[in-house]
Amino acid sequence: MSAAEFQSALNPAASESAHIAHLWWIFFWVTLVIFALVAVFLFIAILRNLRRVPDDPERAIIPEPAQATESRATKVVSALVVITVLILFALLIGDFFTGNAIYATPDPKALAIKVTGHQWWWEVQYQDPQPSEIVTTANEIHVPVGKAVKLELQSTDVIHSFWVPNINGKKDLVPGHPTTTWFTARRAGEFRGQCAEYCGEQHAHMRMVFVAEPPDAFSNWLSAQKKPAPEPSSDSQRRGREVFLASQCVMCHTIQGTKARATLGPDLTHIGARKMIAAGELPNTRGYLAGWILNAPALKPGVRMPPNQMSADDLNALLDYLESLK
Amino acid sequence: MNVSHAPIASLSAPNEQAERALAALWTRPPGLLGWLCSTNHKDIGRRYVVTAFIFFGMAGLLAAAMRIQLAFPENHFLGPDLYNQFFTVHGTTMMFLFAVPIMEGFALYFVPLMVGTRNAAFPRLNAFGYYAYLGGGLLLWGGFLVNAGADAGWFAYTPLSGPDFSPGHRVDIWADMITLTEISALSGAVVVLATVFKQRAPGMSLNRIPLFVWAQVVTSFMIIFAMPAVMVVTAFLAMDRLAHVNTHFFNPAEGGDALLYQHLFWFFGHPEVYIIFIPATGMVSMIVETFSGRRLFGYPVMVLSLIATAFIGFGLWVHHMFATPIPLLGRSFFSAASMMIAIPSGIQIFCWIVTLWTGRPRLRVPLLFVCGFILLFVLGGLTGVMLASVPLDLQMHDTYFVVAHFHYVLIGGAVFPLFGAFYYWFPKWTGRMLNDSLGKWNFWTLFLGFNLTFFPMHILGLHGMTRRIYTYVAETGWGDLNLLATVGAGIIALSVLLFIVNAVTALRDGIFAVANPWLAPSLEWSTNSPPPAYNFYNLPSVSDAEPLWHSPEQKPVVVGLSTEKREVLNTTIMDAVPEHRYELATDSIWPLALGIVVTLTMTFVVFTPWAVPWGMFFSLLVLYAWFWRGNEPKFIVEAAKPKPQVAAQPTLVAPA
Repeated sequence: MSAAEFQSALNPAASESAHIAHLWWIFFWVTLVIFALVAVFLFIAILRNLRRVPDDPERAIIPEPAQATESRATKVVSALVVITVLILFALLIGDFFTGNAIYATPDPKALAIKVTGHQWWWEVQYQDPQPSEIVTTANEIHVPVGKAVKLELQSTDVIHSFWVPNINGKKDLVPGHPTTTWFTARRAGEFRGQCAEYCGEQHAHMRMVFVAEPPDAFSNWLSAQKKPAPEPSSDSQRRGREVFLASQCVMCHTIQGTKARATLGPDLTHIGARKMIAAGELPNTRGYLAGWILNAPALKPGVRMPPNQMSADDLNALLDYLESLK
Repeated sequence: MNVSHAPIASLSAPNEQAERALAALWTRPPGLLGWLCSTNHKDIGRRYVVTAFIFFGMAGLLAAAMRIQLAFPENHFLGPDLYNQFFTVHGTTMMFLFAVPIMEGFALYFVPLMVGTRNAAFPRLNAFGYYAYLGGGLLLWGGFLVNAGADAGWFAYTPLSGPDFSPGHRVDIWADMITLTEISALSGAVVVLATVFKQRAPGMSLNRIPLFVWAQVVTSFMIIFAMPAVMVVTAFLAMDRLAHVNTHFFNPAEGGDALLYQHLFWFFGHPEVYIIFIPATGMVSMIVETFSGRRLFGYPVMVLSLIATAFIGFGLWVHHMFATPIPLLGRSFFSAASMMIAIPSGIQIFCWIVTLWTGRPRLRVPLLFVCGFILLFVLGGLTGVMLASVPLDLQMHDTYFVVAHFHYVLIGGAVFPLFGAFYYWFPKWTGRMLNDSLGKWNFWTLFLGFNLTFFPMHILGLHGMTRRIYTYVAETGWGDLNLLATVGAGIIALSVLLFIVNAVTALRDGIFAVANPWLAPSLEWSTNSPPPAYNFYNLPSVSDAEPLWHSPEQKPVVVGLSTEKREVLNTTIMDAVPEHRYELATDSIWPLALGIVVTLTMTFVVFTPWAVPWGMFFSLLVLYAWFWRGNEPKFIVEAAKPKPQVAAQPTLVAPA
């Protein structure tokens, strides 16, 4: 098996995905046995009476099958039908119990995260009764292991579908139909999610990073995210911030603690701390970040972010600034 | 036992002069114009099959290009814009321009022969249906060739397919071509139903109809109930998109509903799968019966299974929507219904295997394809049972697992039977035999290539590979299995090429086919290969479900139909008792004219709503000409008053 385990329904890391994987293996073995039996009986059926002299009318055709054969066959087929019904019923019961388990009534103290689908990125908001405590980030979700999480899903443009296979099944984000889903991560790990409903030109590159981490690590991460962007600590970073605020970047992006407050694109307040850019398409390295800023459409045709022209010095300063936004 | 390879003498012309007279009456006018005017079911059926096969090839080439693009991570063979057009046009073509029409083509060619009549009912409607289908195909592919190929998926979910997120005319072309192909499907369904219910040979009561014909009856009913839903939903979509109309059926911002679209679409879309699959089971039943050399085991339950499949098929559309925000209770119902459909399919599989088990199987090429069908379809059916489970579906929905599943049930379940059907009926159709050893190569390469391509997709889906992505990043690790799938696709292409080579060489210098090369039991094999324009000189009568296996020469035949007018015999629905003679419409250019008008209407409605009133006006003009000069068919009941039971003529005459 070469496919990566960090985006797999068969490598569960949450209660929900574990229930589903369990059900999968039951279905898998039952259906495998059925398939093998059908194949074996088909081969025997063909081979046991195979005619080597093909088209001799006298020997090829049985005008009236024997009554005894027919009644025996009727019994066999009836029995098979009954067995089929029983197997399906058993599978249906398994399906029912798994369904109950994954749709269990949610914990009222669950951590609430609002996820909004956009063409083609994920807006992630950690809810809090205090508006000033709400954390907004993008394309990267951190959750604590062992605590129930409630996802509030919505879309404002087209239909997307939220899916992190290691955690739970998918849920569609249908405009006009806000919805919720729950899960509880059971072990730490870094996983990948991907939009599962075709949502236009860059559906392929609408991915996300999903991090399940111990509660301490999670609360550290969350409190770091709650802070506004750190102040520049070098001349280059200061110049980078000026470049950012003077360019078209501010038309779409927010950096908390600056005047950049637009919400069309991902929030960049802590961009330096993220693992990936371009909705999980590219690793967050200086080189990719530079390429992305200069010509995003070349890396991701159809993306809403336009190309930017700037001098090498400006670009270096801007990169210094963005990388400092941990 | 007197099964023979020769045509049945009592159904053939007594002498050459009589033959020529009847042939002159039923043969279409000469030349290109005559060809365009033809209303013969064999011409029309052949057109459907050939056209659909060409679309199959073209959509297959799109698939090959997509496989090349996906062979490696971050490949640059096709960009996203082109790839999205490719998969949309591939899916739309395979569903609307290949699978349904080719089944309909087989039905229109063989149903009249199997029920023992001279032409299909409503011959002009039948001719028009083909032209509407061709118009739809040209509209989709014409758009595709000028970079206006549909790109919102074959399902075209709103709001992505709506005016805000799909500007331009790509989706309009898609929505309007759907209407054309559904007009065609509905026409074909009406023709098949009328032919089967009113033109069967005397004695062919409902329990003696060949299973292929039963399958086509059930399919036709499904078409009549399912297709209006998709015509409505695409018409609503077109109205939402069309300037100066601007409805908001599916626009959530204005009180419309995106989920309404999905319900309407899948109310058609799920039955559509059975509209493709049920005719294939009919083909399988015919092939199994012939090559087992015994009548099909469990005929009544086979028929009931088809009907049950059709009914249940309308009750499980929501399993395409398990991941959407819909109430839980509904999901459990549709889950149970989706599993239930495995029961009638299972019954059919059991009956086929029992027929082979208790028969004397001859493993000729058609039966080989049927064996492939059983294996692949059972596998695809079992993954279907998995997808019926809500929790499992939530993981597998919209992944390559589903891509694998539906290619197993559609290629395994319909294309394998279709290839079997080509090998089986090609002799009847063309008068030539396809080459046996090329046929075996054809089968084994297709079987191997198919499994190499689609089996790995199950694993890819479980490992997170979503559908409709034009590329994937290398870190996913999906590269190896995708490369394997691409190699398999190459083998499939080779296999289809082998088939084309086989067909072309057989047409040029294949062995001439006798009337009944496989010693088959059904009526289409009682006449010459290929059949004459009038099918049967004397119409047959039957007294069992396998007429050619039970002393066909001893059966009475129908004489007394007109040799001056194109008459067929109408019989009662249940017991096929002769009722009266019925004159069919003559060949005509007006079906083509109407086809052109309707196609132009649906083309211009891409741009302006004014196309609709103008189109209606011209359609009325053409229909006026269509029915002009008493061209309309006449009933001729020559029976004593007060109420005709059985016509005085024609009569059943015992053979001399």
